Amino acid sequence: MYDKLWLIPFFPLIGSIINGLLGKRFIKSEKAIGAIGTGAVFLSFLVTCRYFFQLLGDTEKVHQQVVASWMSVGKLQVDWGFLFDPLSALMLMVVCGVGSLIHLYSIGYMHGEEGFYRYFSYLNLFIFSMIMLVLGNNALVMFIGWEGVGLCSYLLIGYYFEKQSAGDAAKKAFVMNRVGDFGFLLGLFTIFWTLGSHGIWTVNFVDFSEHGHLLGVGSTVVTVATLCFFLGATGKSAQLPLYTWLPDAMEGPTPVSALIHAATMVTAGVYMIGRMNVLFAMSPTTMGVVAAVGAATAIFAASIGFAQNDIKRVLAYSTVSQLGFMFVAMGVGAFTAGIFHLMTHAFFKACLFLGSGSVIHAMHHALHHAHLDDDPQDMRNMGGLRKHMPVTWATFGISCLAIAGLPFFAGFFSKDEILWWAFASTRGSLVVWGIAAFAAGMTAFYMFRCLYMTFYGKQKTDPKAKDHVHESPWVITLPLVVLAGLATVGGFVGVPHAIDVVHIGNKLDAFLAPVFHHTQELYQIEAHGAASTEIMLMVFSVVVALIGIGIATTMYLKNPELPAKFTSTFSRLHRVVFNKWYVDEIYDAMFVNTTKQFGNFCWKFFDVKIVDGIVNGVGKVVNVLSAGLRHTQTGLFQNYALAMVLGTVVMVAIYILN
Amino acid sequence: MSDHLLSLMTFFPLVGMLIVLFLPREADRLIKSVTLIFTIIVFLISLPLAFDDVFLTSSAMHYTEFAEWISIGQYFQMNYNIGIDGISLWLVLLTTFIMPVTVLSTWHAVDKNTKGFMALLLLLETGMLGAFISLDLFLFYIFWELMLIPMYFLIGIWGGKNRIYAAIKFFIFTAVGSLLMLVAIIYVYYYSLQAGVAFENGFSAAHFAQLSIPVEAQMWLFAAFAFSFAIKVPMFPVHTWLPDAHTEAPTAGSVILAAILLKMGTYGYVRFAIPLFPVATMNYTPLLATLAVIGIIYGALVAMMQDDVKKLVAYSSVSHLGFVMLGVFAMNLQGLSGGMLQMINHGISTGALFLIVGFIYERRHTRLIVDFGGLSKVMPVFATIFMIVTFSSIGLPGTNGFVGEFLILVGAFESGLRWYTVLATTGVVLAAVYMLWMFQRVMMGKVTNPANANLKDLSAREVVVMLPLILFIFWIGVYPNTFFEKMNPSLENLISQVKGKQQIAILAEQQLDHSVTQVSVSE
Repeated sequence: MYDKLWLIPFFPLIGSIINGLLGKRFIKSEKAIGAIGTGAVFLSFLVTCRYFFQLLGDTEKVHQQVVASWMSVGKLQVDWGFLFDPLSALMLMVVCGVGSLIHLYSIGYMHGEEGFYRYFSYLNLFIFSMIMLVLGNNALVMFIGWEGVGLCSYLLIGYYFEKQSAGDAAKKAFVMNRVGDFGFLLGLFTIFWTLGSHGIWTVNFVDFSEHGHLLGVGSTVVTVATLCFFLGATGKSAQLPLYTWLPDAMEGPTPVSALIHAATMVTAGVYMIGRMNVLFAMSPTTMGVVAAVGAATAIFAASIGFAQNDIKRVLAYSTVSQLGFMFVAMGVGAFTAGIFHLMTHAFFKACLFLGSGSVIHAMHHALHHAHLDDDPQDMRNMGGLRKHMPVTWATFGISCLAIAGLPFFAGFFSKDEILWWAFASTRGSLVVWGIAAFAAGMTAFYMFRCLYMTFYGKQKTDPKAKDHVHESPWVITLPLVVLAGLATVGGFVGVPHAIDVVHIGNKLDAFLAPVFHHTQELYQIEAHGAASTEIMLMVFSVVVALIGIGIATTMYLKNPELPAKFTSTFSRLHRVVFNKWYVDEIYDAMFVNTTKQFGNFCWKFFDVKIVDGIVNGVGKVVNVLSAGLRHTQTGLFQNYALAMVLGTVVMVAIYILN
Repeated sequence: MSDHLLSLMTFFPLVGMLIVLFLPREADRLIKSVTLIFTIIVFLISLPLAFDDVFLTSSAMHYTEFAEWISIGQYFQMNYNIGIDGISLWLVLLTTFIMPVTVLSTWHAVDKNTKGFMALLLLLETGMLGAFISLDLFLFYIFWELMLIPMYFLIGIWGGKNRIYAAIKFFIFTAVGSLLMLVAIIYVYYYSLQAGVAFENGFSAAHFAQLSIPVEAQMWLFAAFAFSFAIKVPMFPVHTWLPDAHTEAPTAGSVILAAILLKMGTYGYVRFAIPLFPVATMNYTPLLATLAVIGIIYGALVAMMQDDVKKLVAYSSVSHLGFVMLGVFAMNLQGLSGGMLQMINHGISTGALFLIVGFIYERRHTRLIVDFGGLSKVMPVFATIFMIVTFSSIGLPGTNGFVGEFLILVGAFESGLRWYTVLATTGVVLAAVYMLWMFQRVMMGKVTNPANANLKDLSAREVVVMLPLILFIFWIGVYPNTFFEKMNPSLENLISQVKGKQQIAILAEQQLDHSVTQVSVSE
């Protein structure tokens, strides 16, 4: 029934290989390369759709397909296996759907680039890896995807490899992810051997869910293991303390930022927790840590978003912050809400990034046309673009409304569900809720700041370039429109019961129930409270969002001179925030430099002075001794004969005496 | 013919060596071609081993040959006693596979006294193959020393500026180690005669493994073997010959050194030191695991700070071989399989890295990282291949490196080496740091040095050299079972034997303790 699942990762893999090997020499044409790349992902999307709808009608919701054995070493049996259940199905729809749109967009955006074939090869390889991550039925196949997306992220951030900053950012991203992977591996080892000691030798997710309880609810083992896994998640999903790579990752082409660093890869950590929800739910400690880290990241990243002038950096910090919301959801046991926000975020954040790409694209051409070196990403060079780029403006605006959480855009439903759970869940807490609600208000502020600085007010572009800013071609605007549409209506799959006046029902909740409900029932995770409370919270968060928007409107639309006054009044605070709280500098001093110094010490002192010093010293002693002994080597036969005779005599003497 | 397949394989390179010696000195291309053909034939001779299904089920030695060789009265007898099992199978095949690749890589790199160079390479191949198939410890020792000589000359004659120091350092380190091993071998031999092993068996390792050597003696003997092998591996802190030897050796020498010779050390542990002295193994495990973990981290840290690409790769070997040792001393199937596989992986990936360094050295006559930068732009094919090998070395899932490292860490995690494993896993992070930093500085950025602006991309020959290695990088990454299924029976057998003896020793000690306490109670 679900026996062609392998087709889903197969198409992008083949697409990647074809474009990678033949693209430069044989295919050459941008259209053909773009068509192969986009087509491959679209085919995967079609296969996913087919199985998705099949799954909707099926009563059995968990399907596995094993293609072959991967590693078979004693009790460790790892398969190339896939798991198709509501969670992976939904995630695949997002990955392949948004992925197709971004591939299409890339044809326009990357037009004329020298490495066009290389770009599409990497992008397809990314989709392949992401599918493996999502579809793997065991932790190791997931890990292939997990590190595979890291590789593609490395390749695509470093796409403009001639730029020093791009190379640095790529390396930083991979290394920080590796720090997370260190945790992932240790978590896996712990689970594998502990379950094994109970006679269950497995790395399979379904087995984890079924037998996880053997680890013992609240036991140290399960806490340690899940904390290790969570470390992996903080690396991949850019949470405190491993988030610093994501803003730097903006060195990559903008569609890459949209696909990898907003919609899909960075959400892998959230997905992973969803996949192993049974294990996480067993450790209240870990859940608490997840929620706390999520909340802290949400507010911390939002604060940095206040002071950035690079349009992509604002979106990057916003992504970090929104991912924090998703972790809050996972931490308070609102798994469905977390996945829900993952989905809606994929829509509006991809749209925002692609919109910023459209703007950068237009700015770049205008500035290029006028032979100017101004930064096409700096919002201080923009303003008033609404007139020149109406489609981009409209879609960007809609997405801003969605991320701010205004009713009844997609972000409204998902964010409010998270806030509700944070407030009312048995695993929730008022502090987490308060921080998250405040961060939501901050989000509304900095997103509208971004919107105003880019599209409203006076155009600050250099006069020579001013009139060359044009709307982008259809391959770019079509994905924007589709995504803006999804950002508008996408939330209706998860209408909360409290305001469900027309009885649509919470479709998403019902769909994901086979994955999450069992856990929630087993460990008494639920959000309880009156419908009136829920509605009141909603109203409250809308008010908070409106306040954020209001402040942004006053500062950046009504009184454009205000922000400058602000920064001069609070210049010290502004400098700290502008410099991202100096976290990069602190990490450099604490980890990078000390490691380098220690490496140098090992090499220049221990290797050279100690070990080689001893060896060379022994060599010198031997030299001196042999210089003395050399005198015995006279070259006269008689002397050697004498020595032989003496030696024989001594040996015979010893033999006799013994 | 299959009765003498191993002998044919091992000594066929010597035939090649003789032919090469009779070729005219100036017939450079002819000498290389003959050598290439001979190494390919040796590979073809060994190939049936890879397809022999007997290894799937049997842990015993196969293709055995036995002949009395040197016998001195009633005092000494050694035999020509050879065979192959799942443990040596893939190392033998790695050797016969790497040799043609290496010869092909020397096409333009070696032009000084080609005749001597090729003759030594062929002699070296015989030495390496012989060491892997020896079942008689004395025979093993002869082959072990036989490898040392050609390598000494390869470094000392065809090496770089500082070659004499490097060659002598290599020789002294290894020779000191092997002398200790020789003493230990002779001790075990006379002990075996006393213990009633038949004189005709000579230095048969299998018979030695049946002995119950007193723990006290085991500790000394194991230490002698272990020291000798540790130098070869090389383990921290006796690793310092390696960076010098690697940097000074010609590319072909470095490839063979990394791919095969280092494995001789780790193989020595698995084949001899552990089964012969199981109780000592148990007692030394904490020490060796500690050194292995230090090696992993230390090698990585020092590699990170290198400014010479070749030295960086050399230090990375210290780190990688640390993983192998950790896996071996985990003494469970996952750890040992992972360790054995990682030996092959390291041979392929690090061999490939040395070839890559050779490619750019031939073009620029420098190996300093600062002299490069931006090569991706000028040499795109090279960039792709370098990238694949780099990520294989980092251990990216889907490539060979991951499977080996993962199994080693899984195995070590179970075996009471849990905290060692946690530390070792940081090596996974550090590997990414030093490899990617190097890759960035060599390949990315703008071409700043005009000397790099017009470098030629890889030639067809160079691509042919790399392709087989890349094939195995992915093959082992995606379907390692090809290799596991044939080595696991032998490894399982080894583990059960060693664990059995260790168990007996533990029980005996407990009983001793018990009786002591009983005595004290009765008093």
